Amino acid sequence: MTEHFSALILLMPLFGALLVTLLGRERRTACWLTALVCLAASSAFAIGNICQVLASKSGDLRYRMGGWQESAGYEVGIELRVDMLAALVVAMVVLVGFVNIIFAKTRVGSEMKDKVAFFYALKQLLIVGLCGIVMTNDAFNLYVLIEITSLTSYALIAMGNRRAALSSFNYIIMGTIGASFYLLGVGYLYIKTGTLNIDDISSVMQSGDLWAHPSIMIAFVLIMLGIWTKMAFFPLHGWLPNAYSYAPGVVGSFMAPLMTKVMVYVMLRVMLWLFGGEYVYSSGHIWGELIIWMSIIAIIAGSFLALACTDIKKMLTYLIVAEVGYMVGGAWLMDGAGILGSMYHILSDAAMTFCLFLAASIVILRTGDHRLTAFTGLFRSMPLTMTGFTVGALSMIGLPPTCGFFSKWYLISGAIEVGHWSYVAALLFSSLVNAVIFFRIIERAYFGRIEGVESLPVDADGSPPVVLDRVPYSMLLPLLMAAGSVLLVGIYNEVLAGWLRAAIPSL
Amino acid sequence: MEFLAAGFIEENIVPKFNYWVYVILMMIGLFAMITKNNLIKKLIGMAIFQTAIILFYVSIGVKAESGIPILGHEQHHEIVEEGRASSEVIKKEKFANPLPHVLMLTAIVVGVSTLGLALAISQRIYGSFNTLEEDEILDQLRPGGHD
Repeated sequence: MTEHFSALILLMPLFGALLVTLLGRERRTACWLTALVCLAASSAFAIGNICQVLASKSGDLRYRMGGWQESAGYEVGIELRVDMLAALVVAMVVLVGFVNIIFAKTRVGSEMKDKVAFFYALKQLLIVGLCGIVMTNDAFNLYVLIEITSLTSYALIAMGNRRAALSSFNYIIMGTIGASFYLLGVGYLYIKTGTLNIDDISSVMQSGDLWAHPSIMIAFVLIMLGIWTKMAFFPLHGWLPNAYSYAPGVVGSFMAPLMTKVMVYVMLRVMLWLFGGEYVYSSGHIWGELIIWMSIIAIIAGSFLALACTDIKKMLTYLIVAEVGYMVGGAWLMDGAGILGSMYHILSDAAMTFCLFLAASIVILRTGDHRLTAFTGLFRSMPLTMTGFTVGALSMIGLPPTCGFFSKWYLISGAIEVGHWSYVAALLFSSLVNAVIFFRIIERAYFGRIEGVESLPVDADGSPPVVLDRVPYSMLLPLLMAAGSVLLVGIYNEVLAGWLRAAIPSL
Repeated sequence: MEFLAAGFIEENIVPKFNYWVYVILMMIGLFAMITKNNLIKKLIGMAIFQTAIILFYVSIGVKAESGIPILGHEQHHEIVEEGRASSEVIKKEKFANPLPHVLMLTAIVVGVSTLGLALAISQRIYGSFNTLEEDEILDQLRPGGHD
């Protein structure tokens, strides 16, 4: 049983999705319970997985799907590989999915109308895809899982209004270009190495001394371009703001924290394990510098675009663009501390983006207003929601003891170690802009005058259990859990950083 | 036109013909996806783009003078009935590499489902905007903020 944990994480939501589809469109509570139970089981396995990785001597678990044994020293089947970074990111994905299912309970009826069962099915498939991306050790399987994730997210985004359908269409075009570039890159690697297993590709390149070959370089460039398109790295970010802000609230609030972060994980995986730090950083001295500058531009542009927004969700999506710049820059600093900061920021950014998106969804639901002016006087009428929002905001700005402070700390100390002061300056500048952005909201919420109290839109199936903050507990609780996770990831940063440091391969 | 001399064509274009074709097809697809105004034309571009990559993969499995990678009756007989080692009977030079072809089966499935989903979404777009021209859709969206 215990050796199957990594496969069970994937299987639970996969069968959950099937079951939900079979349950049909009428039994909403049954659908919700199925999804909840499957994701809870998946979360338990993910936490078990972390314990197993901690207990194992080598620090990474391997699982051959279907029991295909290796032949002549090469893997034949698809292999799952879980090291500490993968275990933590998988746990993050399923926990965010689980908490978001609780959040979806009261909201999904009015946002999805008769498509509730499809929503739960697609959502669980999306989580299967994301967990698979993180755990798989097969370059082609990674492509398939990226496409599974993308297909489900296109469909989920298109469930919104007509603007959502249009932004989903643009996302399909951009997403397909990105995934196809990745696939092409894998093809070039396959020509040179004859294998698809990530570790085997790496060892064949090592033993055959293929580093200098132009095919390998083309493969690297194509794969990187593909991944950057998928993660919305600045010049390629065009699809993200519309897709995430027009998506239904329950969809946006878990897609925004997960998708880009998992793609950053893929980038780290490709850089450090597939090609190896030695290749990436030695061949990349010229354009390594260029990429750090691109990430600096991403950080600054993302911050300015966010500052210019008057729509709360749009603003948060531009902040994601800036955060992606943090992580890409950290990964290319060519230094252990920078990579550690990038890895830690995957976890902390997921926590704080989740927290902010949940709070924003609640505020939009409660006030029926997308604009920043909706926050006026909200501390008085919905104190708990605003507390959650403030925790997320402080983390975005980077104040201790929230996780945002520590990830910036690791990133900045990495940049100082290699003497990249412009990256340090960009991080500090973005913190300042975030401070302006969020304090103007918090100030309005705290000192602003309340202008009448609107009533909560009534749920499709009758009277919602409106209590404190005039928001159902099933929405308030996830927000407080997310805010708690922002603090917990921050307080236990040394433990997490210690675990992650052990996962970084020697450069 | 110096560089299109016969020598250049023989050395660089003829032996690598499949790669040239895939690159050209891919560029046609990319061009359509980025510049076309009509959403359906964009999707046609997307289909061409994905097919170009499939062509690339299929062509890398080919070897000179090799056949389809299916075990003939005699070879099966030799391995199973006479108990000879499979490495003696199966000469890998005789068979095209089946792996890229198998990979492309999956990629075709992915491509078809992406195209299907995109067509369904463009149907929804047509239902709510009454047009599939991107500029007309953007015109309709311009005056209002959120809707």
